[in-house]
Amino acid sequence: MNDFNLLLAVFLLVNLIIALLRVARGPTDADRLLAALLFGTTGVAILLLLAFTADTLVLMDVALVFALLAAITGAVFAQRAWRMEGVEEGKDGNS
Amino acid sequence: MAIPELLSSIFLVMGAAFFMAGTIGLLRFPDVYTRLHALAKVDNLGLGLIILGLLFQAPGLTVALKIILIWLLALAASSAVSFLIARRALNRGVAPWKAKEQKI
Repeated sequence: MNDFNLLLAVFLLVNLIIALLRVARGPTDADRLLAALLFGTTGVAILLLLAFTADTLVLMDVALVFALLAAITGAVFAQRAWRMEGVEEGKDGNS
Repeated sequence: MAIPELLSSIFLVMGAAFFMAGTIGLLRFPDVYTRLHALAKVDNLGLGLIILGLLFQAPGLTVALKIILIWLLALAASSAVSFLIARRALNRGVAPWKAKEQKI
């Protein structure tokens, strides 16, 4: 059962990487914020799968903290770090 | 292949399928609002199915309850964050995607 978990964890990791490539290329800042959502679900799933291989149950708590941090990061970024889309079209290039 | 292991692998595969659907949705959708749909809903369902699959492998009751708690937290977190992102994107002038009128 362990190797099946690991196989799925690798599959999810590939999934995550493809999605992150897309998010990194996303035109607007809102797309880049999707990374926080991605880690909130896919990252937690990978950690949980790894937690149930061998005897590394401590990874479950890591997944719990990870879900929380992803939420907080997403919320803070959505509220704080954002420049006006319409006003300056990224002339100075900072996001 | 004992019954719980069989059930567990079935649910895990379904969860992974939903994750793949979420990623494909993320790649294919035209603008950020539709991508939020793909991400927030589908990935959470995938996480729920994976957790359901892992319940069969859980050594004890406390472990099972903790995993369900993680899923509930992930649900609340991603719904809140996706709402914030969508509202902020709308305020910041990110125009929702409009389908072109197909000439039939």
